[in-house]
Amino acid sequence: MIPLSHYLLLSAIIFGLGVVGVIISRNLIKLLMSVELMLNAANLVFITFARWYGDPGVHIFVFIVFVVAAAEAAVGLSLVIAVFRRKESVDVDILRLLKG
Amino acid sequence: MDAIVFWIAAGVAVAAAVNLIIQARPINSVLSLVVVLFALAVIYLQLSAEFIAALQIIIYAGAIMVLFLFVVMLLNLKQGDEEGRRGVLHSFGLLLGGAILLEISIVIRLFVPSAIHPGAQAITSNFGSVGQIGRLLFDDYLLPFELTSILLLITVAGALVLAAGRREERE
Repeated sequence: MIPLSHYLLLSAIIFGLGVVGVIISRNLIKLLMSVELMLNAANLVFITFARWYGDPGVHIFVFIVFVVAAAEAAVGLSLVIAVFRRKESVDVDILRLLKG
Repeated sequence: MDAIVFWIAAGVAVAAAVNLIIQARPINSVLSLVVVLFALAVIYLQLSAEFIAALQIIIYAGAIMVLFLFVVMLLNLKQGDEEGRRGVLHSFGLLLGGAILLEISIVIRLFVPSAIHPGAQAITSNFGSVGQIGRLLFDDYLLPFELTSILLLITVAGALVLAAGRREERE
C-alpha cells in the first residue's frame, strides 16, 4: 500500500499549482479553472482519509464538494459572460471598478 | 503494480496541472483540466472510491468541463497580450504557491502518522460502492443531500439572472 503522505503531498502540489494559477492568470476562465484545481486537491485529501480510516461517510462530503463546484462553475461562468458582454474582454486587469 | 499506477497517475496529474497554468489559450487549459480529472479518478479508484471515481468522470469531466468549453467557445476571445507587465505578480504567485507547498509538506512530515491505521485494514469489499454510498446518502446524510438540491436551485436562478443581462441591454 502506498504511504499516506504520498497522497497528501500530491494533493498539496495540486493545491499549490491552483494557488499559483489563481494569482498569475489574467484570463477569468483560467482563474476559475485554477479554483477547480484547488477543489480537486481537497477532494483527494477527503478520499485518502476515507480509505485510511475506513469510513465511507467521507465520500458524501466529496459528493457535496462536487455539487458546490458545479454551482461555483455555473455562477462564475455566468459572471464571466456578464463581464464579457459589458467590457468585450475577460482580462482580470480591466476590472478595476473597486480599485478606487 | 500499485505503486506504478500511482506514480503514473500522479505524474500525469501534476504535468497537466502545470500545463493548465502555462497555456495561453483557454481551450488548452480546459482540456488539461480534463486530463487532471481523469488522472485523479484513477487515484480515487486505487483508494477504492469507485462511485466517486465514476462521478468524477461523469459530472466533473463530463458536465462541468463541457460548461467551461461552451463558455470558451461562446465568448470568441481575442488573443491578447498574454504575458508582460505582470512580472511582480508572477514571482509573487510562485512564491506563495511554493510557501503553501512547503508549509503543507512540513505539516505532513511532522503530524501524519506512518503506521497503518486499523480502520484501513478493516474495510469490507463493498467499501465505496454505489450501494453503500447511496444508503449513507439517503439515510445518515439526508439533510445535507437535500440542502445541496436547494443550492442547485438557487444556482440555476442566479446563473439565469446573471447571464441573461438586463432587458434594455438585450434589445
